Amino acid sequence: MADLLTLNGWLLALLQAALFVAGAPLLTIWVKRNKCRLQNRRAPSLLQPYRDLAKLFRKQVVLAENASPLFRCAPYIVFAATVLAAATIPLLSTNLPTAAIADMIVLVGFLAVGRFFLALAGMDIGTAFGGMGASREVSLSSLAEPAMLMVIFTLAMSAQSTNLSSVVQYLYDAGLVLRPSLLFALLGLLLVAVAESGRIPVDNPATHLELTMVHEAMILEYSGRHLALMEWAAQLKLMIFGVLIVNIFFPWGIATELSASALFIGLLAVTVKLSLIGVVLAFAETSLAKMRVFLVPQFLNLAFLLALLGALSHIILEVDI
Amino acid sequence: MTIAQYSLSEQAVLILAALVLFTSFALLAQQRMLASIHVFAWQGVLVAASTAMIAGVYDKHHLYFSALLTMGLKAMLMPWMLRRLVERLGIAHQVETVVRPALVLLGAAALVVFSYYVALPIEKLSSLSTRNTIAISMAVVLIGMLMMVARRQAVSQVVGFMSMENGLFFAAVVSTHGMPMVVELGIAFDVLVAAVLFGVFFFQIRDSIESLDVDRLNRLSENSEITGVRE
Repeated sequence: MADLLTLNGWLLALLQAALFVAGAPLLTIWVKRNKCRLQNRRAPSLLQPYRDLAKLFRKQVVLAENASPLFRCAPYIVFAATVLAAATIPLLSTNLPTAAIADMIVLVGFLAVGRFFLALAGMDIGTAFGGMGASREVSLSSLAEPAMLMVIFTLAMSAQSTNLSSVVQYLYDAGLVLRPSLLFALLGLLLVAVAESGRIPVDNPATHLELTMVHEAMILEYSGRHLALMEWAAQLKLMIFGVLIVNIFFPWGIATELSASALFIGLLAVTVKLSLIGVVLAFAETSLAKMRVFLVPQFLNLAFLLALLGALSHIILEVDI
Repeated sequence: MTIAQYSLSEQAVLILAALVLFTSFALLAQQRMLASIHVFAWQGVLVAASTAMIAGVYDKHHLYFSALLTMGLKAMLMPWMLRRLVERLGIAHQVETVVRPALVLLGAAALVVFSYYVALPIEKLSSLSTRNTIAISMAVVLIGMLMMVARRQAVSQVVGFMSMENGLFFAAVVSTHGMPMVVELGIAFDVLVAAVLFGVFFFQIRDSIESLDVDRLNRLSENSEITGVRE
């Protein structure tokens, strides 16, 4: 954390957060394009999500008569909380001033703040769908969050820090070590990521079928720039989990110093890793069917169990008393 | 000595050991008959693979034979026998209801912690890199026992019993690098004979109580009149 107070460090942190926010729609469309190709459909262009967002930002906002100020504030709060969460994650470089301020527990906290306001906004208008979506989202995340925290504790036991930069730096320095705890943490985090970013088999972002939707049900009443911010926040969430997975468990290539060449290699590495994980996600989504809502708690229990096994196997197998 | 100081193949042994423990949990959580037999087969494959890895790492050639035996018996023959049995009994797609599944899984996690504490003094006596896995193999044995307690279906109790045997074999391999061949062969064929006998028992139990739910064995005295009528 030597660059905590230098101007360069902060500039880089800002730049990286901006890149994160700008790149999020790209990951979503990448997954979508791969899915289209796997299902023999014509794929939309890579710029499509940007065009959609631009269109929504230009459009007029239609508000329900009984919408409270909270309904109007919620998109900004949700988006801001998600962007702040993204800013704490090392994307290109581990040497971040933002990471020195916030650790992984704060990251979970930011996501929770976003989710809290999203659920409130879902219930604000008083439609049945909004309430249903909010109740589902909250009950699922109450199961996903402990699993996520357990994964974080497992990582923290190995790296002896809950700071994301230190964890990535530690795992990068250790080189290739096959740790059972990391294997289980990776599997647990994959399941949590699928549940939290609302992908198949937990939720389907591409459908508005009333019986199955979770995230879409909450933002059904939004339009115009509000909807754009909500959708962008959802895309950011997918990106956050993608970057967490690739940069923690496969940290190779990430920049550990602030030089132009190292940062360029970091950018290249993270792009390649994210596009690979996008292909994997597309394959998984094509081959799996969406599961019943009542089976999702079992799915998340498995995530928690995997994370717990990770913590236990760290204590049993990896340290000597 | 931390894990980073071991060689890659030693780390791979530890990964395989952790996966064996995971399959034990999966067995405990799995409620479909056929799927739990498949998980049991995978456990056999993992135990065989880790035995072969240990044989390679420590240059113990007789362990290759043990690995082959485990692969053949526990990963192929016994799952195949159980599967055929389950199909002949017509319960292959039966879903067994486990009472309080989340509590049973938490109990299993507690058993892992317990076996860790029990195995700590044993591990201090050893200097092998696999000594930490003694706790794992003990946990596999205990979880197999928990499965026999928690399940009512006779077939899943047998699967639990077999996975206990997997744990015992694993303990022998990781703590002493294998038992004498005579003992190993003896146990392997004992389990094989047990599997055959269990098969006979299943049919007996089903004929006498028309179900494989062993809880109903408690009610034999109440049903004696009914059986009398049938005779």
